[in-house]
Formats: sequence, structure tokens, C-alpha cells
Amino acid sequence: MSEMTYRDALNLALKEEMRHDPSVFVLGEDVALYEGSFKVTRGLLAEFGEERVKDTPISENTIIGVSIGAAMGGLRPVAELMTVNFALLAMDQIVNHMTKIRYMFGGQTHLPMTIRMPGGGGSQLGAQHSQSLETFFMHCPGMRVLYPATPADAKGLLKSAIRDNNPVIFLEHELLYNSKGEVPEDPEFLVPIGQAEVKRAGEQVTIVGYGRMTILALQAAEELAREGVSCEVVDLRSLAPLDTETILASVRKTGRAVVVEECWRTCGLGAEISSIIFEKCFDVLRAPVRRVSGLDVPMPYSRKIEKICIPQAETIKQAIRDVLSGGY
Amino acid sequence: MQTRLRMVLPDQELIKLYEKMFLSREFEERCAEQYAKGHITGFLHLYSGQEAVAVGATAGLHKDDYILSAYREHAQAIVRGADPRRVMAELFGKSTGICKGKGGSMHLFDPSLNFMGGYAIVGGQFPISVGLAFSARYRGEDRIAACFFGDGAVNQGTFHESLNWAQLWQLPVLFICENNFYGIGTEVHRSSALASIHKRTCGYDIPSEKVDGMDVIAVYKAVKYAAEKVRESGHPYFIEATTYRFRGHSMADPAKYRSAAEHDVWKARDPLPNFANQLLEEGIATREQLDGIEAGCARLVDESVQFAEESPWPEDSAVWEDIYV
Ligand SMILES: Cc1ncc(C[n+]2csc(CCOP(=O)(O)OP(=O)(O)O)c2C)c(N)n1
Ligand SMILES: [Mg+2]
Repeated sequence: MSEMTYRDALNLALKEEMRHDPSVFVLGEDVALYEGSFKVTRGLLAEFGEERVKDTPISENTIIGVSIGAAMGGLRPVAELMTVNFALLAMDQIVNHMTKIRYMFGGQTHLPMTIRMPGGGGSQLGAQHSQSLETFFMHCPGMRVLYPATPADAKGLLKSAIRDNNPVIFLEHELLYNSKGEVPEDPEFLVPIGQAEVKRAGEQVTIVGYGRMTILALQAAEELAREGVSCEVVDLRSLAPLDTETILASVRKTGRAVVVEECWRTCGLGAEISSIIFEKCFDVLRAPVRRVSGLDVPMPYSRKIEKICIPQAETIKQAIRDVLSGGY
Repeated sequence: MQTRLRMVLPDQELIKLYEKMFLSREFEERCAEQYAKGHITGFLHLYSGQEAVAVGATAGLHKDDYILSAYREHAQAIVRGADPRRVMAELFGKSTGICKGKGGSMHLFDPSLNFMGGYAIVGGQFPISVGLAFSARYRGEDRIAACFFGDGAVNQGTFHESLNWAQLWQLPVLFICENNFYGIGTEVHRSSALASIHKRTCGYDIPSEKVDGMDVIAVYKAVKYAAEKVRESGHPYFIEATTYRFRGHSMADPAKYRSAAEHDVWKARDPLPNFANQLLEEGIATREQLDGIEAGCARLVDESVQFAEESPWPEDSAVWEDIYV
């Protein structure tokens, strides 16, 4: 184990996988010479050279299309979209092409490609640079969607993503890049796709989170523990496929659930997970499932009002108190 | 002045070109019939009239070269070597289809032939072709990517993004525009500010030329030359082949936006009878030989229909297969 940031953990995963497999290459806007707008690709150009670390034009749809073609041709591309917001320009290649090609061509090809996308709100970047679009991707079959919360998961999941033979959307939270944690040094350390993790065990309420929401959920759980409330925190890690077993096992134990989502509430992943819980363990529920969500508004700039649009440890704590007291 | 055919290719290969054009036409016309009978459903875009482009171009490429196309791609797949019986079965939605009945008319694919797909989002195949060309270079393979598309596709963002990208990264992509002058009902002057499509590559400094897409030999020569240039230089090249579809955009389109006079002008340039006449005039084939070839194509298409009819439907469980590896 060694302590490192989420950013460095991702960087190490990229380097290890590029050393491990010569068919892995990295492409994206400003990933080579500039070393990435969040510096996740630092040092790659120097170590792996120009054919494996490629700066691209600002052509998001084509970044993904080229990755698809390269994957079809036998490579293992790792594309970086500068932020998740720009993925919307690539939704044609992602949704109409990447997720359909294996299926509509009768299983005759597969696309071992990963698309990394920094995203999330809370940096006062305004409406066009603060979105949480995880649900957009989860909605569509044909791709994996991963969202690590810790440096260890960031490394282990990114390595699994690159080795996976399916297309993977790999979401990274911009506010987590500097967060630190212990990361296993073993270059074969992989976090399996499709497995949630109980990041904190507890008895009274299950909090389901992912990405930065897991960090806030852990903070809320820690603070409530001082008030004598025992929370269990399930970190999804993999949004698609969703590890419903781990979620349901926890809710069967606690009888209560709060789902925390950074995305908009309407048709968000919180609605999906709540629905699964209601369908599968209605009989054990001692309170309705509660959602803590991003507000259904475009993100405002001003720090004072941006804050109320994104779940905070305080709002999560309030939701937990509500489900425990019947105040829902 | 037409080229003397024998100066271009040996007799047997010239006859093969005719056979492939005839097979394509026969296949398409039989598709129309099977659509009318309700055996083929969904969208069906036929290639009749454009055969010289697919046949001439494919003959100018190597077997290792990738081919990608849009949704009017039956002929491109068959000419490349796809089994017409399995293509017909695909159109019928049968499990023996080239994509197990999951793709349909617009999504043919056969990686064993380096036929890398029919795509039904206009312009979708551009970046994928560029990516395949990149993988070829990265892996040190001696192959290029040939990307077919229509006149309507050149106003998509992916067209411009991909031309820029192919030239910037110096990738072996051969862009082949099949300009049949219409995108559904919109004539090219009503959609493109510069309707002379091959000129549009100047913004990317990609060499381009225009060729008569009703002349199989002209297409063959242009593509062969271009493909060799791409192969040697590793840079992209662009061909605009002017052609015409004799039918509507799809089976749902009676093509009322085109005049009978216009249709007649192009019909007189039908590559099938014209090339047959050339073969006869130059003594490369006899009428009896051509009759035999035509009958053989008709038999193969008969068999294809029969094969498709007799093939089993996919199992219901197939819906869950082939989504993930
Ligand atoms: C992105 C997208 N927009 C619109 C359509 C609907 N559409 C299908 S074919 C077509 C016309 C394309 O014309 P062209 O590229 O000239 O090809 P042709 O049909 O003449 O072979 C249109 C608009 C589509 N399939 N995809
Ligand atoms: Mg057209």
C-alpha cells in the first residue's frame, strides 16, 4: 500500500496498463503534450511516445468513432473526453454506434474501449460545465458505467475497464482528483466490474452512493455515529451493471434506505434504485426509500446557490434523520 | 473516348465485373419482390443503378482492405464476397442471416471479408473508418480503409471531423462518395452550398477526383490508382463517383421529386447493358456466355430466397445475446 491521490492512482493505472499491453493507447484533447486538463495523463507522452499518446482535434464525436474503429481493428483505446459535458457531442457515436455494433452485427466483433470523463459539479463552473450525466449512460444497454469514489477503486477499476472486452464509460469526479487514500501497489490489483462495496458497516440505515456522493455519505455516517446513529454505506462503484445483490442485502439488514445521487432527480439513478428496493424488499422496509438528489435545475454559478443544487453531507444527514423518525 | 477494355484487365476479370454487377442488380430486384410479398420488412434501400461503383471500387481494392458503407450496402457486401443466401436470410430476419437476423438490411457485417459494416446513421461510418485505418498503421498492417457514403452525408459534422483527422494523422483512408444527386428527396444543390463534392476536400488539403460512376472501368481505374496512392503514401484520398439510383430512396418512396426525363437520361447510361455491349463489341464475351452468366446469377438469387424462406427464425433467447462479451 502507498498513499496517493485519485489523480495519481488513475495515472498509475494508465501507465501500468500501457506497459502491460502494447495495444493500449490513449487519445483525447490535450492529453499528450499538455498532459491532460486535469493532468491525469502526466508523463505518458514521455514514456510511451507519440503513436501511443495522441492529441486529437476538438472533435468529440470523432474521438469516440476513431476509438470504435481502432477497437474493431484490434487495439484497446482509452479515450479521454475533457469533461463529461462534451460527451453530449459524442452521444451519436456512443449510443448509436458503440453500444450497438456488437449486437446488430450478430456478435461478430467486440469493442474493448474505455472512455474516461471527468465531471460533476461544485467547482462553480456554471451550467455547461457542472453536469452529472451518469444516468444518461446507465439508461442505455451495451456499455459498462463505472464511477470510483476512492483512489484505490480509481486504480483498480480503471485497470479492469481497460482489460474488459466491452465498452466502458469511466466517470471521474473533478473534486476528487486531489483526494488521498491507500492504494495497493500490486500491478495485478483489479477491482471487479459489477461489484459494489460496503464502505462502512452499520445497522439502522443503508446509504447508497457512488463517486463523490459516497464520500459525502461516509462523512454523514461518521457524523451521525457521534449521535448514536448507525449507518451502512454501500458504494456502487459500478453503475452498470448494477450490483443489486449488495444493495438489497444491506437493505434487508437495515430496513431503511437513502439513495444519494448527484444527477438530477427526475428519472435519475436514485429513482431506479429506489424502485428496485421497493420491488425486491418491500416487506422488510420500515420507511419509504428516500432520495437525496441534485436539484432539477441547470447549475447556477454563484457559490451561495450552487451549493443547494448538489447533495451535501448535511442534506444526507437530514434525510437519514427523516427516515429514522418517520418524518418523511 | 472509351478505353479498350483489354488494355485494363484480362478477359476473365472483365467478365467477372459484369457478373458481379448483374448479381447485384438481380439480388436487389428480387429484394423488391420479396418486400412486396411481405417477406422483407422494415427499411429497404436498393442499389439498382449504382452497381458500377461497388463493383469497380471493390475490384480496385485488396482483399485485406477494410470496407465500410451506409445502409444501401447489400451490393457492397455481396461483391466483397458475402454469401447472397445469408444476406437474403438477414433481410428475412432469419437466424442464418449474416448477422443472425439482428442487423437487417442496413447492418450487414462480415469481418472475415474485412467488410466492417453498414451504418444507418448518416455519416456514422466516417470516424470508424479513420479508427480502422489508425489500427492498421499502429499494427503495421498493409491495408487501407475504404469508406463509402452518399452525397447527403457530406454535410454531417463527422465528415469534416474525419477528413481533417485522417489528413492530420496521415492515415490510409480512401473516401468514396457515391453521389447519386439525392439525399432522400433533396437534390444535392438544395443541401450543399458547393455541390461539386470532390472540391470540398480542399479545406483539408486532401487530393480528390471525380469519376463517372456509371462506368465500371472508370471507377475501377480511379479506385485502383487512388488505393495505391493511399497505400504508398499512407495519406487519405477522395473520390466522388457520380451515379444514380433507379428506384426511390427506400421502398416507401415513389420518387415523385425526380422528373421522368431525368430518369430516362440516367437509365440510358445503365451500367449493365452498356458494359455488356462493350464486352460484346470488343469480342471479350459472346451473347451466349453472358446469357449463361445471367442465368447463373438468377439461380443463385433463387436459391438465396429459398434458403431465407426455409431458414429458422431466431430463438427468443437471442435477444439477450451479443450485447456484452
Ligand atoms: C443522422 C441521420 N439523419 C437523418 C437520417 C435519415 N436519412 C436516411 S438516408 C438519408 C439521406 C442520405 O442521403 P445520401 O447520403 O445521399 O445517401 P443515399 O440514400 O443517396 O444513398 C437521410 C436523411 C439518418 N438515417 N441519419
Ligand atoms: Mg444520395
